[in-house]
Amino acid sequence: MADAAPPLAPPRRRHGRRESVWRWRRSDLAIFALSWIAGMGLCVITSALVAFFAVKGAQYLRPNLLVQSPSPSVSQAGSGGFLDPIEGTILLGAIGLVIAVPLGVTTALWVLEFGRPRWLARIVDSTVEIIAGTPDVVLAIFGLALFELGLFAPLSFGQPGGAFGRSFLTCGIIVSAVAIPSIYTATRNGLISTPRQLREASYALGKTKTATIRRVVLPAIRRDIATGSALGLGRIIGDTAIVILLLGATLQTQTQSSTPILGLLRGTGSTLTSYAFNASPAGDGNAPTKAYAAAALLLVLVLVLNWCVGRIGRIGGPPLHTERRLGA
Amino acid sequence: MSILAQRIRIEPQAEPEPAIERLRLEDVSVFYGGIAAVKNVSFPIHQGEVLALIGPSGCGKTTLLRTLNRLTELTPSASHSGRILLDGEDIDEIVDTELRRRVAMVFQQPNPFPMSIFDNVGFALREQSRRRPRRHEIAPDVDRALQRAGLYREVRDSLDHSALRLSGGQQQRLCIARAIAQQPEILLMDEPCSALDPRSTATIEDLILQLREDLAVVVVTHNLQQARRIADRVAFMYLGDLVELGPTEQIFDDPVEVETREYVAGVFG
Repeated sequence: MADAAPPLAPPRRRHGRRESVWRWRRSDLAIFALSWIAGMGLCVITSALVAFFAVKGAQYLRPNLLVQSPSPSVSQAGSGGFLDPIEGTILLGAIGLVIAVPLGVTTALWVLEFGRPRWLARIVDSTVEIIAGTPDVVLAIFGLALFELGLFAPLSFGQPGGAFGRSFLTCGIIVSAVAIPSIYTATRNGLISTPRQLREASYALGKTKTATIRRVVLPAIRRDIATGSALGLGRIIGDTAIVILLLGATLQTQTQSSTPILGLLRGTGSTLTSYAFNASPAGDGNAPTKAYAAAALLLVLVLVLNWCVGRIGRIGGPPLHTERRLGA
Repeated sequence: MSILAQRIRIEPQAEPEPAIERLRLEDVSVFYGGIAAVKNVSFPIHQGEVLALIGPSGCGKTTLLRTLNRLTELTPSASHSGRILLDGEDIDEIVDTELRRRVAMVFQQPNPFPMSIFDNVGFALREQSRRRPRRHEIAPDVDRALQRAGLYREVRDSLDHSALRLSGGQQQRLCIARAIAQQPEILLMDEPCSALDPRSTATIEDLILQLREDLAVVVVTHNLQQARRIADRVAFMYLGDLVELGPTEQIFDDPVEVETREYVAGVFG
């Protein structure tokens, strides 16, 4: 009996002869070179940013800063830590997402699935683009003007001639606007790339459009929604202008009444961004080392969020729609 | 000997004459905009038979199939004339969701929903009532549908796993289980084996032959050998016209029309 043949091993991957880059037309070569320079340049800038704050963080970020509340002091040593800004960041992120996720998802659903008349759907689509392009400080000024109306006093607290207008609630409402475009766009793209056959399979089982969307389409695009939400959360926790104008500019969290949750929501406080701004040489806090520490922590949060976005993309088995692989 | 060749050949003539007429098409034409994709087609479909629609690409087979459960209404430019009667009732008079529960459909590409195997089949049963039935209430029906689709033994220990992780053949059988879970009267199948390997194809074909005992099956296929293996009657369509309809043996061995003869002989396709 002959010996069993050895198992087939794949050969080393190799390409056939290719045309040299130097033989390309100059315009093609220029685009090729610019793409490389832009990509590498961005990498260098990001790496420098991360490296800078990694060094500063290692230098100034101490565990006690994470558990101490900020306190008013002229010296850096006596100005406490940034426990309240961390809590404020988490609370504002939660409020922002609670408002932005349903709004972003349902708006995208309406525009793509039910949007009639079409011109109205196009207007809504453009509106989201306008919100995405509006500077945060403009949103903040508008929010302040809006929530200072006496009508909105329950969201903060009343004062003669109107309302204070600054609280976690008012800030959360306005800051949700910066997250809505990410969530809307991700949901919209998910809906567009959902295979038509999937909807038809549901309709063919005698399901209504609403049942199809609720039970088939939304589960199919949950990764897109999660990715959009994570990106939106990144925008919320990274926002400064809205926080400075609408969260009350108190470094410590101040509740508005003894009511446990409502008092906190109507109260004022700070986030890591507003704390970093306040502690930086541009602010009033005069605590640059703590500004570096808070900024380093913020950067870590953003990097963790980015990592989460990547992980979310792999949850729940193979994707239903084709995803473009990066790279040649 | 190939897997397909080893299969038991079921002679269409050996079957009793189908009696109950479930669906009747009367002068049905289907249009996309101003273009007629199907022209004045009339024929009945009986309980207990497999009717195969054959013909070259673009001849209107799939369009005709999708008209039978009004899926063409999802295409904005599509319209149809003539009448389609389900148990004597015009399908345009039946609420679309009810019609599609009675006339179920399996598509060319397996299209499981992004949920568990159990929920894929349960979805068909759950959404029918206002009150969402509990798992234990629908479990017997889900198991029965999976058994009828010949999938139960393979997935009984993994009913809560994602349906997207099944093989192509298993996914298609899951889609069949999903379609028959609601106990439809008619099962429409649009090239159900075209994306499958020969072994899975053989399984699905056996399944079709078993299913016809309880319902009428209409299959669109490009595979003439498949039509010959599974169909009791074959309808040949060409350029939107129903050229010839008759018993399988007649269509393949002694067709009346020249186009049919040329098509089954492979002169064009």
